[in-house]
Amino acid sequence: MIPEIGHFALILTLALAVVQAIFPLVGSYTGSRAWMEMARPLAWGQFTFALIAFAALTQAFLTDDFSVAYVAQNSNSLMPQIYKVSAVWGAHEGSLLLWAMMLAGWGAAVARFSRNLPLAMVARVLSVQGMITIGFLLFMLLTSNPFDRLFPMPVEGRDLNPLLQDFGLAVHPPMLYMGYVGLSVAFAFAIAALMGGRLDAAWARWSRPWTTVAWVFLTLGIALGSWWAYYELGWGGWWFWDPVENASLMPWLVATALIHSLAVTEKRGAFKSWTVLLAISAFSLSLLGTFLVRSGVLTSVHAFATDPTRGTFILIFLCIVIGGSLVLYAWRAPSVSSGGNFDLVSRESFLLANNLLLTLFTALVLFGTLAPLIYEAMDWGKISVGFPWFNKMFLAVMPILALFLGVGHLTRWKHDEPARLVRQLWIAAVLTLGLTGLAFLPAVSGGYWLVPLGLGLAAWITLSHLTGLYDRLRHKRGLSGVLADITSNSRSYYGMLLAHLGVAVFIVGVTLVSHFGVEKDVRMSPGSSQEVAGFRFQFDGATPANGPNYKAWRGHFRVFQGDRQIATLEPEKRSYLSGGMPMTEAAILPGLNRDLYVSLGEPVDNKGDWALRLYYKPYVRWIWLGSIFMGLGGILTLSDRRYRSARRAEGLDPVGAAGTARI
Amino acid sequence: MKSRQKRLMFVSLGLVGVAAAAALALSALRSNIAYFFSPSQVMAKEAPADHVFRLGGLVETGTLQRQSDGLTLTFVVTDNAEKVKVSYTGILPDLFSEGSGVVTKGKLGGDGVFYAEDVLAKHDEEYMPPEVAATLKPHADAAAALNAAQAGSQRAAPGVTQ
Repeated sequence: MIPEIGHFALILTLALAVVQAIFPLVGSYTGSRAWMEMARPLAWGQFTFALIAFAALTQAFLTDDFSVAYVAQNSNSLMPQIYKVSAVWGAHEGSLLLWAMMLAGWGAAVARFSRNLPLAMVARVLSVQGMITIGFLLFMLLTSNPFDRLFPMPVEGRDLNPLLQDFGLAVHPPMLYMGYVGLSVAFAFAIAALMGGRLDAAWARWSRPWTTVAWVFLTLGIALGSWWAYYELGWGGWWFWDPVENASLMPWLVATALIHSLAVTEKRGAFKSWTVLLAISAFSLSLLGTFLVRSGVLTSVHAFATDPTRGTFILIFLCIVIGGSLVLYAWRAPSVSSGGNFDLVSRESFLLANNLLLTLFTALVLFGTLAPLIYEAMDWGKISVGFPWFNKMFLAVMPILALFLGVGHLTRWKHDEPARLVRQLWIAAVLTLGLTGLAFLPAVSGGYWLVPLGLGLAAWITLSHLTGLYDRLRHKRGLSGVLADITSNSRSYYGMLLAHLGVAVFIVGVTLVSHFGVEKDVRMSPGSSQEVAGFRFQFDGATPANGPNYKAWRGHFRVFQGDRQIATLEPEKRSYLSGGMPMTEAAILPGLNRDLYVSLGEPVDNKGDWALRLYYKPYVRWIWLGSIFMGLGGILTLSDRRYRSARRAEGLDPVGAAGTARI
Repeated sequence: MKSRQKRLMFVSLGLVGVAAAAALALSALRSNIAYFFSPSQVMAKEAPADHVFRLGGLVETGTLQRQSDGLTLTFVVTDNAEKVKVSYTGILPDLFSEGSGVVTKGKLGGDGVFYAEDVLAKHDEEYMPPEVAATLKPHADAAAALNAAQAGSQRAAPGVTQ
């Protein structure tokens, strides 16, 4: 009964979405206030029914209702309760339901937090969101209904893929999807602005916080995915340039470009058409990511589904979204005034460079991801593009971005004097060069020229931002003035600072773990020990250890630094009862400056010898720490006063005030 | 500078950058792609002798052997027509098993053995890498049953540091 309620609620959501896509939009053109005002309640209605559908599926999982095909395929009565909940989005149908629920949630959030927006804008934004919802719900109901029943009903479920029975994977997809779906709001704002023919600073200011929220979720979602892959896949890699990883990276890169470009549009009224194009691209790339993952066109670590009807549907949907919005863009954008002149040395130029480099890198990643498909379609053979290619491209583009990052934030809008920049930055530059020179010493660099390059860029970003901070605070009166600056009215500045420092932290992590990580595959007998990077791993044999739905071998290791024991590590090799799928659970001793990592391979003989992996991963945590800084920076920016009281900001900001005539 | 000149300069700088990036991307691609070959193609000497490529097929049952060092493994990959012996040093992915699909990446040695540096195995018992499925010879009735319903592959890459 309850699954049918869920199914019915989904259909009702679709019906509401259809109404929401049509009436408010028409109303915004005919000037019918009543029709426009339908948008908000409809968005709430959609969210309510989507929540009911989601709750129904969750209930089916919690009560082990194996008559629902999706539950039978992805759950098992022995599974711990928490994984029964996360199994709801563990595979194709459920993750779409999560997508749809979040989409409706974002719609409701727009309805709730749009008091300051003109009604016509709200109506159009929610209409566009309604259209996206229609696409997704049709896809779900026609090709992947999570509520399909199974007859006869199986006694036991097939179990969730063991890789997914894990905390990291319980939280990674919702985060990532919040980001993907959040970009639909930026997209809807851009389309609504195009429809209205008014791309102005006010539009950029409304769109900015939404884009930042989506970006924060995307940043944290990708970082969580990387962390999960690191500890759960058992080989200690944190990024593989896997197509599905690329599918999440591309929207992130474009969204990063977008939040910077929106800043220019808001402050200076420039880059308007470009900003719209980025908003369209960011969401299109989210959809493309969904297509790549869901259609199974590419073989990859995460591909859940391979079903041509689904692939075709998403492809058509993708074409409608991208094609439709580009047509609208081509029709409307030429009439947008270019506005906002600026000189070669100005903040606009640096932000333009940021945008171009991020877009260029996105294009390269897209090319590398799709190259195997292109080759196959052209009958040039079946290829795979190895990660060295992606690394090379990353190294060709990103260091330039990091170099500019150290200058752009100190440059003035519209026009700046190179001499002034040199005066402000020379100390930071000299220190950076000195530190880079030090890092060239073989003791630090280990003979790799990329090590001083990476560390030098991180130092440059850090020092130049500290310079900016010092110049900002030096005129404040004492500590209380400084504190007042931090707590009161310039959170967006500190958000920027934190996010940019996050980039530096990230660079340090990537540089060091890439060059100084040690990975050793060894054979060990009980009682023997191995030395890795100055740490001694003592193997005390493996013993059986069983869990609720698996059998396992547990290895026992003691780790010594010198003569001092610093940890015991107990990696496991599990075999899940349903399906007998083996699964490696690595044991990790985390640390700010290094991780030690042990994972069991397989027993070599019957005397208790094992083939296993010992890893030393210096500064690997800094990769995720940097991402967390970026995310926190975004959150800090959102708490800026200007977003909390838009009314007041309008009074202060002449550009904004000019553009906010209300209906 | 006039704004038109400025715009021209921005545009030409952009074009030069894009052209440079495209040239770099394509030239780097040539040395970083790995073509896929089936055991039959390898036996017909279609695969390059000096370049990394991918070899895929079924792991023949009963051929997995561990060498005396405890870490080197050998197994035979077949497309039900021809067979190629593969040698790999390191730890195999969890889902590697005899009788199911595998894709390996490496070089062909002068002795006819394929020395793999990277082994990819399927995620669960129903998955077959699409390249492997396409090259399997018809009498593989087992292979027909192994059609891709739930997909994904897992990788063992000891030399991979990122």
